[in-house]
Amino acid sequence: MSTDQMAGAELLGSAPAVHLEGITKRYGSVVACDGVDLTLRRGRIHGILGENGAGKSTLMKILIGLTIPDGGSITIDGERCHIADPLDAAQRGIAMVHQHFSLVEALSVWENVALGDIGRLDPAAMRRRVGDISDQYGLHIDPDATVETLPAGMRQRVEIIKCLRRDPTILIFDEPTSVLTPEESEQLFTVLREVIAQNNRAVALVSHKLDEVLTASDEVTIMRRGRVVDRMPIADADAQSLATAMVGRSVSLRSERVGLGVVDASVSGTEIPDSDLSESPTVLRLEGITVTARGRRRLLDDLSLSVRAGEIVGIAGVEGNGQRPLADLLSSLVVADSGEVWVGDQKVPTGVPGAMAAAGVGVIPEDRHDSAIVQSMTVAENLFLVDHHRVSKHGFLRMNEVRARTAELIEEFGVSCSGPDAPMSSLSGGNQQRVVLARELSHDPAVLVAAQPTHGLDVGAIEYMTARLHDAAEAGLGILLISSELEEILDLSHRVIVLYEGRVIGEMNRDEVDLPRLGRLMGGQEV
Amino acid sequence: MNETTPTTTDTTDTGTDTDIGTDAPERRSVLRGFAAQQGRGIELGEVVALYAACIAVALFASAVLVEVTGGSWTEVFRALLDGSFAKPGRVGTTIGIAIPLLLVALGTIVSSQAGLVNIGQEGQVFIGAAVGAYVGVELGGPGPVALVALLVGGTAGGALWAGIAALLRYWRNVPEVLTTLLMVTIASQLVGFGLKHQSLLLAPAEGRANRQQVSEQLADSRRIPRVTWFGNEFPISAMLAIALAIGVAVIMARSVFGFRLRMLGANPRTARRAGTGEARFGTLALLISGGFAGLAGAAMLAGGDFGNYTLVPGFPASIGWTGLLVALVARQRALAAIFTAMVFAGLRSGSGFLAATGVERRITNVVEGFLVLALLIPPALLFIRDRRRSLAAARGRV
Repeated sequence: MSTDQMAGAELLGSAPAVHLEGITKRYGSVVACDGVDLTLRRGRIHGILGENGAGKSTLMKILIGLTIPDGGSITIDGERCHIADPLDAAQRGIAMVHQHFSLVEALSVWENVALGDIGRLDPAAMRRRVGDISDQYGLHIDPDATVETLPAGMRQRVEIIKCLRRDPTILIFDEPTSVLTPEESEQLFTVLREVIAQNNRAVALVSHKLDEVLTASDEVTIMRRGRVVDRMPIADADAQSLATAMVGRSVSLRSERVGLGVVDASVSGTEIPDSDLSESPTVLRLEGITVTARGRRRLLDDLSLSVRAGEIVGIAGVEGNGQRPLADLLSSLVVADSGEVWVGDQKVPTGVPGAMAAAGVGVIPEDRHDSAIVQSMTVAENLFLVDHHRVSKHGFLRMNEVRARTAELIEEFGVSCSGPDAPMSSLSGGNQQRVVLARELSHDPAVLVAAQPTHGLDVGAIEYMTARLHDAAEAGLGILLISSELEEILDLSHRVIVLYEGRVIGEMNRDEVDLPRLGRLMGGQEV
Repeated sequence: MNETTPTTTDTTDTGTDTDIGTDAPERRSVLRGFAAQQGRGIELGEVVALYAACIAVALFASAVLVEVTGGSWTEVFRALLDGSFAKPGRVGTTIGIAIPLLLVALGTIVSSQAGLVNIGQEGQVFIGAAVGAYVGVELGGPGPVALVALLVGGTAGGALWAGIAALLRYWRNVPEVLTTLLMVTIASQLVGFGLKHQSLLLAPAEGRANRQQVSEQLADSRRIPRVTWFGNEFPISAMLAIALAIGVAVIMARSVFGFRLRMLGANPRTARRAGTGEARFGTLALLISGGFAGLAGAAMLAGGDFGNYTLVPGFPASIGWTGLLVALVARQRALAAIFTAMVFAGLRSGSGFLAATGVERRITNVVEGFLVLALLIPPALLFIRDRRRSLAAARGRV
């Protein structure tokens, strides 16, 4: 509370528009928000900083009525209230610009703004209103432009107009720059200043980017694991302190957890021997890979990295900074605009169906339903999706062989299912993940890409997956471990690479890992 | 009810079910163990009961309709049965109609397993028949060679016609469901154009008497031989169609190619990673699908049950549309399609006898519609149920 009082003293004179106190929200055994206090003041931009899963989104959802909190109180303009649903929130003057736009591309700007209105539509008035708002805040939006012709930055302005026309007191921006180019981001912050300056509004800026919070906000609240860990006026903040607060003590090394008895040390000694890998051959090399989404935004930006045999390279970074396109690239699902991929001494074309798999790139994708398994097929079929050449002859599958090898793999990887012919959809998530792991490892890959391999698994399954990856690397497999869980990366990796907006922003060996620096890199601050 | 089914893997009872799905023969051994656990024997009973109930309702509604409009329902059903199976020789007629229905359905099964919606079979059948007619009339050489060339030509014609849809799909992203459908109209205009020009399909003036726009009749040597079994006469293309049904069943279930197509249909991104490119294999699936429809058209022409070996306007006579329904009712199983093709063919041959009952054509049309609906509702219900179950399973497991 002392920090709050301090901040309060400093910001005296600007009345709180919203005051949240002790907000708590549980999902089952997970506590998304744990006694969170937050004060938004008029005329101020309040940054809310945190990693994925820190509870920022849940908090904002509570504020706009999408989620009802389990406990705590909400006070708006000095009046204690209960926000029942988004309509209720809108009436109380709370509006939110979501990370993902909800615009109808084929319609014009003013039509999009008018969507959802009740009663008679007055096109002329609506067009004029949109034009007025645009002029007033310097948004430079043509009310008659068709949304599909607009770049992402302009589309966001349409979303902003949708909020502003209801004249809200409180505006929430959720990761507003995640789809913007750097120039567009700067323009956005100029607009934001206009918006609060003119009508004395309060703005909440939810972000994981340190720079953004440092340049755009007046005060900042840092969340971690559902709790507020720190809050301060921006004048007192610097990148270093923010980064430490953001990732800070959330990282506990495996050895510590073993010491605390959380993990069974005998599962496997995942402490990595400091073996010298500089002599072992490079199994995967990416050189200057650039992948562009529709509309100029770069998903991967001149990305270069390499993995040696027996080495685990951890890709750290906040979600949405190129992890998915990287895994897709190595699954032959996207074509690179430029750059080369080498597996061993073989150059592999990007985007050619099956080319990466044939060259020996095993992949455990982030979303197994998306590109790893076929739910409607059997366990046996799923085990031989990629490499059916081993169990086929003259173009036909040898079913006895398929079944025998499936039985072996089920046994070896401890897949719990009713047999080789069990439909994949009858397996639990952890067992489906084991099937994927069994398939990718049994094909003797040259390199394995494991993207969020423990995502959504229970503790036992996580331990199993971690141990298998560790053992595979011991046996000489090169592994690219993409994860948003820093713990996992620090547990397993020999080397850590940090991705930020599709670029490699920093790289460090395991023994040089320095958490504050890692945090700053993840927040986009080059060191 | 599950407990009544033996679930142990050492059961020797291989004939537990008459499941005629694509994968039945190959998976028998495992069906014993796993499928028995899943209660597939019981499921078959349910399916039969469901069909029986739907058909009973359709018959009842038809009977009421016929009676209130002044007809005699016993006469109507008698005529349907007589025309399809009961009267001597009618089974042959039914088989003659079932052949192209089955061929069209087989093609539909291949493309829909690959996740593609080809609904332009009516046009592909017409193109196949037209190419067949052209080859059969124009090509010299010994009869058997010309007959094979006629069938191969028809297959190629249907395949290329569907290939245009594949090209648009993978080159320009035009949904194949639209292109295949719209190209039905183009096919019929194109064949109509051919039937107006003697250099193309139109028969010389003396060959068509006072009929306009018909092709020359196929010479005897270019016709598919007909056999007579137990008083029922039908073309031997019936054997070809059944062999192809078995072939499609085995290839889809056991071959690497079939595996790839099923993979593509169920999860295109997983398939792509595994080396099954959408453009290549999707195009192949559409070509095969159109090829089957084209073959159906050529076999109709050379089989003798349609148009008397002569190509006429409107030649496909809705065989393409009905073939789609056959595949739908067979729930995408090639072997089951043999049976459903016979049922739909029986409905069609039987309706030929309805006129003699004196009941108005409009009424008999409604009766036929009821019966088709009765056949279509069970697969739809089963589809919805399977979907619900897998969704529930997915929710329960996560």
